[in-house]
Amino acid sequence: MGSQGGWGQSKEFLDLVKSIGEARSKAEEDRIVMSEIENLKRRITEPDIPKRKMKEYIIRLVYVEMLGHDASFGYIHAVKMTHDDSLLLKRTGYLAVTLFLNENHDLIILIVNTIQKDLKSDNYLVVCAALTAVCKLINEETIPAVLPQVVELLGHPKEAVKRKAIMALHRFYQRAPSSVAHLISNFRKRLCDNDPGVMGATLCPLFDLIAADANSYKDLVVSFVSILKQVTERRLPKSYDYHQMPAPFIQIRLLKILALLGNGDKQASEHMYIVLGDMFRKCDLSSNIRNAVLYESICCVSSINCSTKLLESAAEVTSQFLKSDSHNLKYMGIDALGRLIKINPEIAEEHQLAVIDCLEDPDDTLKRKTFELLYKMTKSSNVEVIVDRMIDYMISINDNHYKTEISSRCIELAEQFAPSNQWFIQTMNKVFEHAGDLVNVKVAHNLMRLIPEGFGEDNEGADNQLRSSAVESYLRIIGEPKLPSLFLQVICWVLGEYGTADRKFSASYITGKLCDVAEAHPSDDIVKAYAVTAIMKIYAFEIAAGRKVELLPECQSLVDELSASHSTDLQQRAYELQAVLGLDARAVESIMPSDASCEDIEVDKSLSFLDGYVQEALVKGARPYIPESERSGMSNISNFRGQVHHDSSTHGLRFEAYELPKPSGASRIQPAPLAASKELVPVSEPTYPQEILQPASVSSVSETGPTEFKLRLDGIQKKWGRPTYSPTAPSTSNSNPQKTVNGAPQLVVQGAVSSQAHDVSYDSRKTKVEVSPEKQKLAASLFGGWSSKTEKRPTSTNHKTTRVHSAAVEKSQMPTAAVASTEQAAEKESPQQPPLNLLDLGDPTPGDSTASIDPFKQLEGLLGPSDVSSVGNSAVTASKSADIMSLYAESPISGLGGTVANMAPTNSINLTSGVSNAANRNVPVGSASTQVAPVKKGPNPQDSLEKHAVARQVGVTPSVTNPNLFRDLLG
Amino acid sequence: MIHFVLLISRQGKVRLTKWYSPYSQKERSKVIRELSGVILSRGPKLSNFVEWRGYKVVYKRYASLYFCMCIDQDDNELEILEIIHHFVEILDRYFGSVCELDLIFNFHKAYYVLDEVLIAGELQESSKKTVARLIAAQDSLVETAKEQANSISNMIAQATK
Repeated sequence: MGSQGGWGQSKEFLDLVKSIGEARSKAEEDRIVMSEIENLKRRITEPDIPKRKMKEYIIRLVYVEMLGHDASFGYIHAVKMTHDDSLLLKRTGYLAVTLFLNENHDLIILIVNTIQKDLKSDNYLVVCAALTAVCKLINEETIPAVLPQVVELLGHPKEAVKRKAIMALHRFYQRAPSSVAHLISNFRKRLCDNDPGVMGATLCPLFDLIAADANSYKDLVVSFVSILKQVTERRLPKSYDYHQMPAPFIQIRLLKILALLGNGDKQASEHMYIVLGDMFRKCDLSSNIRNAVLYESICCVSSINCSTKLLESAAEVTSQFLKSDSHNLKYMGIDALGRLIKINPEIAEEHQLAVIDCLEDPDDTLKRKTFELLYKMTKSSNVEVIVDRMIDYMISINDNHYKTEISSRCIELAEQFAPSNQWFIQTMNKVFEHAGDLVNVKVAHNLMRLIPEGFGEDNEGADNQLRSSAVESYLRIIGEPKLPSLFLQVICWVLGEYGTADRKFSASYITGKLCDVAEAHPSDDIVKAYAVTAIMKIYAFEIAAGRKVELLPECQSLVDELSASHSTDLQQRAYELQAVLGLDARAVESIMPSDASCEDIEVDKSLSFLDGYVQEALVKGARPYIPESERSGMSNISNFRGQVHHDSSTHGLRFEAYELPKPSGASRIQPAPLAASKELVPVSEPTYPQEILQPASVSSVSETGPTEFKLRLDGIQKKWGRPTYSPTAPSTSNSNPQKTVNGAPQLVVQGAVSSQAHDVSYDSRKTKVEVSPEKQKLAASLFGGWSSKTEKRPTSTNHKTTRVHSAAVEKSQMPTAAVASTEQAAEKESPQQPPLNLLDLGDPTPGDSTASIDPFKQLEGLLGPSDVSSVGNSAVTASKSADIMSLYAESPISGLGGTVANMAPTNSINLTSGVSNAANRNVPVGSASTQVAPVKKGPNPQDSLEKHAVARQVGVTPSVTNPNLFRDLLG
Repeated sequence: MIHFVLLISRQGKVRLTKWYSPYSQKERSKVIRELSGVILSRGPKLSNFVEWRGYKVVYKRYASLYFCMCIDQDDNELEILEIIHHFVEILDRYFGSVCELDLIFNFHKAYYVLDEVLIAGELQESSKKTVARLIAAQDSLVETAKEQANSISNMIAQATK
């Protein structure tokens, strides 16, 4: 209906859009937009603009902003429009503000009140509009203002409202986890909602919650498995089917959650075996959405404690992905392979050629993914090939972001697996040379630490060899132009430290080189500083060794230049150098010991060497030192400051009427002042006791518990108060477990994998025929490291017992799982079984009252309960068109016939095959939509003609430059 | 999570942008410039994914229009590809054989549709029927409001004559 009868905007606006469309260059477009902005600026401030006109201005502002120009002068008008009573204007206002404002914009405070009002509206469309705005606009600070109302809306009769309310709460959780911490039971309850849309939405917040703390949700494993099972058995309304797949998006979310819950938990994983096995059973790569679900299943298998059989199925699907012609599937296959080899490195072996093909593919995306895979499977036997490949690729690309990433990966691998010092130094040189300053500074510092420390073996000889090979290679490179600054720093440092260590090169040679470096980079102060310090070290070592030192003339001029430098740092270094030259050998040796960069410098923090001096002074009558904490005045001040801060933390922005004076609770106060005092009060440590005392005394007074509203303010940033955001303190209960839970198992897995990679090796199979020898060689060098020893697989009997065991467990907990596990015969029976409640949560919720009836079936209406299980494929396609008709049957608007008819273009590129399949049949529709006559399907020339006519009216004609504007996107 | 949605024409013109994560106006322009450079130059047979600054961008071309969505590293690319298609199918139903021109002149309506499909960077509703029903309900209200407004403005116009 959108395009029927013209576009509904004024001529002026259409002209604007048209002129932008016809602009030949970005400059021309910018010019048009600028003049439009001037125009709008003038017109929007005129008094008494009719509302309709204003609405159009707002949409024009959106347009201007969309094209990348600043329309902030009009934001306030969009905000005003949200206040309007008419839904038409309100909707436009909300649309504009959600597009204009980021969550921390100052104007948001002006909308909060409107949102509060609209959330209470009788009209559910108003509520929906407000909730959409809530998701975008409400920030940590304003969450408390709308939270109670959003929670209330979870019980709204309209599904759409419930769904949006859940998503809003999910957003709140992302912004400030503590704000919704007390609402977790609501999410659990909504999981049992009768509407699949609401249930599906609930999976979003649950996913985040489970990612933060999987252990508290282990009881839901059975429920999730049961929901997934029912979804795959097509128990959801057909309208959730997507390209003949039952509710795939919900399936994917469920699989993601199961992956989290089964991670490192054998018992939870066992519940999932059957349903996951079923996912792999129908494995054809025909439709993209099926592949998406299959891929997610592989991810789930690789994350949980999986059985051999599941791993085999997953590997099978992965190999089909890799064999596919589609780049997308190859990409997913490589990714899946990377996950599976963590469990069993053997899997990669049969795909070596596929992997190499991907590595040489012209598609950069695929190439990078493959490098990621190689990175995961690197070990000492193949590190040289892999790192060389990576460096070659790194040299060939311009994308700085990725260059940084791949260079740090190279360096990491080189440090971990380097077969020889020589190779290590060379690799580092290459990386530094080509990645230049993109290399992380830490990496350079690491290298500077690694060279003196050596590789950890107690072999001084090898370390010395490393150093001298580094020095040699650096001396070779140092003359090259355009070396990155970071690399030069490393070079200077190493030359200074070890340049003369093995007496191969003379001091004057090295210092000469260093002077050249400093001269060649007159604008780089850091390099100059490194160079002059290196020179100082060389001379110091010479002096300490008792040799006579003469400053080279170029050195002298460098020192002279630097002592007059603008940089005080350089000046100081130059003066230090001169001072060192004037000292005798003994003194120099103690201030500049050779090869001592790794020695610990002991710092006497208590300044005990001054004790004698202090004693002397005391004896002479000096006053003893009083520590800051013991000085009474000071502690009062800090106490006072703590008080002030504490006040500001409780009095932020308020959105509710003043409440009755009541002593406030203690629990919320404690953490905030602690964290904040570190910033505010210089003497933090000693004042702690007093600060804690403060809230403690309050708590002893309070008799009533903390009010709920106040609790939620924890950790919320005070925009207009002091900037005392302290996220860690109040939310520790949420965020800390997340880190430990997430981090720990991963570490365990990685550790296990790397040890496997080293210890267990496998036979390299013979490469297949018809493969170029070059590729074979590469394959052999990449994968050939595995030899003879094959990991013993768990025996099949073992596997069977686990299966039986898992079935037994499920049986005891839930009747349907048992049905499924007794293979196909039982599957046929299942429709006759009493329909199962989706939500077997064992938690007294409203959903449980309908335990004996499948909630989705009640909803369905269109198809009787027997249809659901028996109709099969025909029903799937049939329901599709049934959907269309029933949809429009409910909103009969003129001109709709054309829309529906034209919906399915005849030439069905596989994108729309689902739709067009449905369209090509005249399907008898279910009882709900019988009043709709079967609609003639196929392309409707009349409709496109109308559209073209409208377009021409506006002045847009298909021409050589824009022939595609009229083409159906789906056609 | 989806960080943003971009609709770019083959000539690099922006047709629709929706940002679910905070980006300043300057960053937005930069992102669009960078991504359209990368995506528009990719060959037809390559994969529909681009790794970009630690994120992934999934794109798909329909006629002359590229639909792009930026997602996190651990999201499922194939799923996003289908979410794009889901969105296009809904647009197609709504506009009736949607073409680029519809989106050019009715970009605000496309925004309304998008708001019903995605919310806060997540897929909100996977049933096309439900989405279509909601949008229809909103539009019917808007239509009546429009009629009222028209009649009022007519009355005003006549009264002021």
